[in-house]
Amino acid sequence: MAEQNKKTVTFIIERQDAPDSKPYTQEFEVAYRPSLNVVAALMEIQKNPVTKDGKKVAPVVWECNCLEKVCGACMMVINGRARQACCSLIDQLEQPIHLAPARTFPVIRDLLIDRSVMFESLKRIQGWVNVDGTWEVKDAPIQNPYTAQTAYEISHCMTCGCCLEACPNVGPQSDFIGPAPTVQAYLFNLHPLGKFDKEKRLNTLAEKGGITSCGNSQNCVEVCPKSIKLTTYLAQLNRDVNKQALKNIFNK
Amino acid sequence: MAKNKIIVVGGGLSGLMATLKICEAGGEVDLFSYCPVKRSHSLCAQGGINACMDTKGEHDSIYEHFDDTVYGGDFLADQTAVKGMCDAAPKLIKMFDRMGVPFTRTAEGVLDLRNFGGQKNKRTCFAGSTTGQQLLYALDEQVRKWEVQGSVKKYEFWEFIKVIKNKEGVCRGIVAQNMNSMEIQAFRGDTTILATGGPGMVFGRCTASTICNGSAVSSVFQQGAHIGNPEFIQIHPTAIPGSDKNRLMSEACRGEGGRVWVYKDGKPWYFLEEMFPAYGNLVPRDVASRAIYDVCMNQHLGINGENRVYLDLSHISAEYLERKLGGILEMYSEFVGDDPRKVPMQIYPSVHYSMGGIWVDRKHNTNIPGLMASGECDYQYHGANRLGANSLLSAAYSGTVSGPEAMRWAKEGERGSELTDEDLAKAKQECVDDFEAILKMDGKENAHELHHELGDVMNKYVTIERVNKDLDYCFAEVKKILVRWNDIGVTDRGHWANQEAMFVRQLRNMIIYALVVTKAARMRDESRGAHYKREFPTRDDERFLKTTIVDFNAEKQEPEVTYIDFDHSLIKPRPRNYAVAKKEDK
Repeated sequence: MAEQNKKTVTFIIERQDAPDSKPYTQEFEVAYRPSLNVVAALMEIQKNPVTKDGKKVAPVVWECNCLEKVCGACMMVINGRARQACCSLIDQLEQPIHLAPARTFPVIRDLLIDRSVMFESLKRIQGWVNVDGTWEVKDAPIQNPYTAQTAYEISHCMTCGCCLEACPNVGPQSDFIGPAPTVQAYLFNLHPLGKFDKEKRLNTLAEKGGITSCGNSQNCVEVCPKSIKLTTYLAQLNRDVNKQALKNIFNK
Repeated sequence: MAKNKIIVVGGGLSGLMATLKICEAGGEVDLFSYCPVKRSHSLCAQGGINACMDTKGEHDSIYEHFDDTVYGGDFLADQTAVKGMCDAAPKLIKMFDRMGVPFTRTAEGVLDLRNFGGQKNKRTCFAGSTTGQQLLYALDEQVRKWEVQGSVKKYEFWEFIKVIKNKEGVCRGIVAQNMNSMEIQAFRGDTTILATGGPGMVFGRCTASTICNGSAVSSVFQQGAHIGNPEFIQIHPTAIPGSDKNRLMSEACRGEGGRVWVYKDGKPWYFLEEMFPAYGNLVPRDVASRAIYDVCMNQHLGINGENRVYLDLSHISAEYLERKLGGILEMYSEFVGDDPRKVPMQIYPSVHYSMGGIWVDRKHNTNIPGLMASGECDYQYHGANRLGANSLLSAAYSGTVSGPEAMRWAKEGERGSELTDEDLAKAKQECVDDFEAILKMDGKENAHELHHELGDVMNKYVTIERVNKDLDYCFAEVKKILVRWNDIGVTDRGHWANQEAMFVRQLRNMIIYALVVTKAARMRDESRGAHYKREFPTRDDERFLKTTIVDFNAEKQEPEVTYIDFDHSLIKPRPRNYAVAKKEDK
């Protein structure tokens, strides 16, 4: 990137005042500084919400919490790709930088979206270990450390929605609940107590919107900010679901 | 009979733990949060959670954990409360294990333990370097199960505004606002638990999430809740300085063998190892932060003359680092660009945690009947300094205390008169009027700019080293900022997802909490734990072995400080010195 471009950074931001209003774009300029990221730039716009042509406007609305790529809140589409804004460094982005909401989800305002559908899907796949209670029962079972390592990898999923935004099969044309919630079923099936409900989860995934809706486009694994091997686990789940389907037939 | 309805504000580790306990006791929970609870700040805790598991052949004991915590907190914590927490810790770990937390394991499949600051034994259970994330998710999942069963109703993207008291002064409900529709609504609750986390944003740049603004705490303070020990603000020694936030570099780096150094006379100087031979790099956070501050500010030995020192892991094998610290090293690479497996990291202390908060009794009741506080927003367990990996513990443990107590109060408490519909309407209307007034604000100040100034002044004067005349100056400056708040102009006057107007309301609460911290720091003329004054460099048990209590003087709009005695009967206070191995006076 040429040195003169570094003094200011130009953003073209897709805005929308309300869920059913028409989107429009506005341009903003922010002073460059080393290791500036997209959230930090949006914070600068908050302090001085004036467009490039000098118009004072309402500050851009978006969601963020931790700024450490662990809460999942600040997912948006940056230069065409779904990602976390907090760890999107300006130095690594082509300018002008385009910001847009992840339109796979309903837009609330500007870059703020409604991802409640993902949390609903976690209910559907019964994403929990069915413990009797928080009280003392007995020692927890010993676990194979290698299996635990796999569980740890999947358990990084922060429900950010990048994989749903990137997946061609998630949208109005399909009921697919998307890669993230689906793969969570695999996580709970791994656990020594969680696997007691494995059949239930697999049968749920055999239903409409489950794993059969996955078109294996492999986009999800490309965009996952936590580098979770989503396609590997989707493939494994697919085998598990098929095995379960056969079992269901023979056990009738 | 109708089920008891408990209001829980905040869905981090403490709020979710309390929610589970309430559901198990047959209650119903209205759970309020700024965000989907799965995105709460508890997930930023990296290093681990302390519990005496004694699986490393070190003869660790619960008593040792108890003593380390009390000693680490410079004897300002209620000892009976701390003992309860340490006793419960191993049981909590087993609960989390059953719930599916992917703890890091040894080759034979049991939970691995690591070293942490201020403790000589391996006592810290961990899930890689994302322990908080993993613990929070486990509770989030369990609460979701109760949500499906109808016991929990989540109000996510709702902001708590204030509590509603009946004519006897008992908290009987809250007012909250939907952050999208801007609708303000009053809610009834038999008991209300605040579990709203720390006030990091009062200091602007810190290691906290943007949602950790202490606004709810400040709000109930202005409604009469006592604040305890607010001057004790933990400065984490190892953070990556940043312009938007300081990102935490876990204490696990030191626990796994990281060494802190700077160049002195052309050679690496491992100053913590030299200054504190017994604990070396594993001194508690306040001690490490002061040493780094001294090396940079007084001895001018920071890297390239800047306020930075090295935190070095490059002598440890890459495979070991990946297994034990993978996630956070990746974070350093991502936000800084250097690989900590190869070159030493550059770090500097940052505001990290508040030991103080809403004063509570051992059951987590505040002085307002019917209102409880739980987690980082309360003042319990840590005294003048918190040990690393005790925060996840205190957050989870406090929920196991506050939840059942909320149910007890709902059933047996002297709750007095019911709130009438008129009471609710009145409380709501007050908040609506305040909010509409904010929407009309037409002055020349920008709220975010003003917040930046607040953070600067608080960071400069009320962190590692405190000087009375500077604190006086700071207090006056913050009061000026409070006056300037009235001159804010908002650009967004709409009634839909208006983040700016909500921030203006939060900012006023933050400014008032800044006054609380500054005033309490000014009044405590001694050095203890995280609170250090060069003018009074030693601990003064005669005058200050006491809990600071701050009340709000509504007339003067100012905090007032008094002191009360607390329980330190179990372990006799002794000097705290990490240069030598700790020894107890029996």
